[in-house]
Amino acid sequence: MADNPKGVQDKKGMSRRTFMKNTGLVAGGVVGGGLFGSLLTNQLQDKPAVQSTQENGLIQDARVFFSRGQDFDILAAATERIFPKDDLGPGAIELGIPYFIDKQLSTEWGINAKEYMKGPFAVYTTNTGTHNNSRNQSQQGPNAETQVPAPTPRYQTKMTRSEIFVTGLREMDNVAQKEFGASFVKLTGEQQDEVLRMFDEGKVDLKGIGSKNFFNMLLQTTLEGAYADPVYGGNKNMMGWKMKEYPGPRASYMAQIEVDEFVKLEPQSLRNYQGH
Amino acid sequence: MVIKLEKVDVVVVGTGWAGGVVCAELSKAGYKVVALERGKNQTREDYIGVKDELRYTNRYEMMQNLSSETITSRNNLDEVALPVRTRKEMMAGTDLGGGSVHWAGACYRWTPYDFEIKSKTIERYGKGKIPEGMTIQDWGITYDEMEKYYDKWEKTAGISGEADPNPLAAKRSSDYPNPPMKESPPIKLFKEATKKLGYHPFQVPAGNLSQSYTNPDGEAMNACMYCSYCTQYGCDFGAKSDPLVSVIPTATKTGNFEARVGANVRRVLYKNGKATGVLYVNTLTGEEYEQPADVIVLAAFTFTNNRLLLLSGIGEPYDPKTRKGVIGRNYNGQFGITFLGARGFFDEKKFNYYAGAGALGGVISDYAADNFDHTNLNFLNGGGIEMRQYGSGPIATNKVPKGTPSWGAEFKKKSVHYTNRSLVVWYTSANMAWWHNYLSLDPTYKDDNGDPLLRVTFKYTDQDRNIAKFGIEKSREIMEAMGADIVDEDEVPQEFDHVYDGGHYAGGVIMGTDPTTSAVNNYLQMWDAENIFVIGASAFPQFAGHHPTETVGALAYRASEGIEKYLKEGGMLVAKKEVSTQV
Repeated sequence: MADNPKGVQDKKGMSRRTFMKNTGLVAGGVVGGGLFGSLLTNQLQDKPAVQSTQENGLIQDARVFFSRGQDFDILAAATERIFPKDDLGPGAIELGIPYFIDKQLSTEWGINAKEYMKGPFAVYTTNTGTHNNSRNQSQQGPNAETQVPAPTPRYQTKMTRSEIFVTGLREMDNVAQKEFGASFVKLTGEQQDEVLRMFDEGKVDLKGIGSKNFFNMLLQTTLEGAYADPVYGGNKNMMGWKMKEYPGPRASYMAQIEVDEFVKLEPQSLRNYQGH
Repeated sequence: MVIKLEKVDVVVVGTGWAGGVVCAELSKAGYKVVALERGKNQTREDYIGVKDELRYTNRYEMMQNLSSETITSRNNLDEVALPVRTRKEMMAGTDLGGGSVHWAGACYRWTPYDFEIKSKTIERYGKGKIPEGMTIQDWGITYDEMEKYYDKWEKTAGISGEADPNPLAAKRSSDYPNPPMKESPPIKLFKEATKKLGYHPFQVPAGNLSQSYTNPDGEAMNACMYCSYCTQYGCDFGAKSDPLVSVIPTATKTGNFEARVGANVRRVLYKNGKATGVLYVNTLTGEEYEQPADVIVLAAFTFTNNRLLLLSGIGEPYDPKTRKGVIGRNYNGQFGITFLGARGFFDEKKFNYYAGAGALGGVISDYAADNFDHTNLNFLNGGGIEMRQYGSGPIATNKVPKGTPSWGAEFKKKSVHYTNRSLVVWYTSANMAWWHNYLSLDPTYKDDNGDPLLRVTFKYTDQDRNIAKFGIEKSREIMEAMGADIVDEDEVPQEFDHVYDGGHYAGGVIMGTDPTTSAVNNYLQMWDAENIFVIGASAFPQFAGHHPTETVGALAYRASEGIEKYLKEGGMLVAKKEVSTQV
């Protein structure tokens, strides 16, 4: 495992006591103040970034995919820059988007269960060509509107989407350290944007996947989290739909289809539509 | 161990519109018909209460699972083709009823020019108008001969529309069975603007019904509610023209028909010039079956029709180097270079754009087919100019004026602001056929059964780029006349981007009069195997400037007539005509 912190070996069948003896780790002791030590203490601190969503006690706001809290915090910070709070309404964190993405990465979509993942794989993305899939995709079937944004490398990596997210988020932290000497979550907003732009412009090598593929997935899942039905964990209390004045799933718009002025309807959720 | 089943009159591979029509017509005529569908069973009950954009649009609920099989794709002959791995890049409808259950529903008859494009182009502009290497050809059937099949399909499907007011539009023997859909404010805006510019706007003919209707086979369909959950969804009202509410129930009630789901056909069994049946696998149990039949109908959509013939060794595979052979020849379709136009952003106007339907919209045919003079133009054919109101999904619809960043504070503000204030007008441009665009078997990549994947070799040409530029320009004119405050033009992509998300792919088993340049005659009967009929867009020698489904439906009625004739009289239904001209 490439990113194993210093001094921690993957030994099979080692008892906990032997492990602690061999690695010099003792409860509370810090191994030379290294990354591993700070990670331990970091876990136990309160995390102001995601604190706000826990206030209204939503039981579903807990991690089911990300095992390291720090990866999740990087995701939360990145999505808030992509979809920030403003006078129109809440940003990514308040909408629950990080927990939406965490849930999605634990589904069949996260492990590419319905994609063709047989080899051989053209690992280096340079020669795979690009596909101009619209980033703000409007998937409306055969008549999809296809504005042509910057080309996106075809999906030719062996990595699944969940692996891409973990790799991408950790690399985001490495870039933050390299560029600004601090972890991503500690950077200012402008510094975070600078790191995100480097990914967006494909300037970061993620070893086996173009950083643009990861970044487009991050954009797509952020928008999905903002505007998918709240049952998936984002669009909390339909605040995303309220911002866009989107009514939610309805049986009929016969009464609105020919009306000239805009008709604002209170959003209803899939739960309401399914008769609750 | 292959289990051999009892012979039937007709076995049909695929249960979309192509297969569904044949099943209904032949079982009504008293023949024993079995349909094999590799997907699962589905009915209207599968679509009640599931209007969930993330699940259906972003996670492709109704689309083929690519883990066991996909296609590979390359632009040029000397490149290694790579698999199209994700469903975002390759979206193909599956399950009972096929791709037309999630279909948007736009229905157009193709024009007299389209069916005789080669001879009519030469007649009007001279031989030199067709560039070297463009392998377009006449279909071997004319619009006048197709008219009754178009009419029959429209009445089966309950199409809602009004005749095209363009004086150059082809004649109709009767009106659409249902009146056009409602005229929403965006459509009114489009019609006023196009009339001002001297064009002839009309409602997009729609497979979303404007009123409840019972078709000639006695199947009842409901009226569309403009609920916007249409393209990529099944219709929970039974108000969309698809086989589940029409031809499949019709076939079932005859008692002569059986549809088997989870049946993945791997080969057509073929010996000295005739097919004896098909070999298929039950996708749930893995058991292999042989289903013998007097007539084999392939109606499994363009890619599978081609692949099954190549895997089964039926018909000479096309070789781009020699330009000989027929299976895989003239692959064509509409991709990312089609449906380009101009997007308008309105600061004063705000539309109820959450409402809509798959085929709700306005269209003009003034720049379609050969309705306009191409003497000084650098492309052939044309396309409809449409303004469609699908009803915008909130995840999908975040359009922002060009130059707006694609993430961050400004993106959020503009995308929310323009959510119900942006419309697009686009050109549904035609796509011609070329010697270098073709289908074959991939040398490397395999499916779960170890069979090679289908390989697509396809690139854009100046014809595609020029026709797209023309359409964008005309779309801009119209969007400006509609009064948009900001008008952004689409950019013309330089090259085909290996994205197959429209379902508009065709060719490879094409119609014609000459067996050296076509695989099927005008009854869609194979020149090389008199009891195999290959139905669907695979028969299109090239693509016209309109959506394909109605032509697939009409051809299915044409083929059904041929199959019945064959079952009675046998033999080749159309005389071969060796045409000396080239490729």
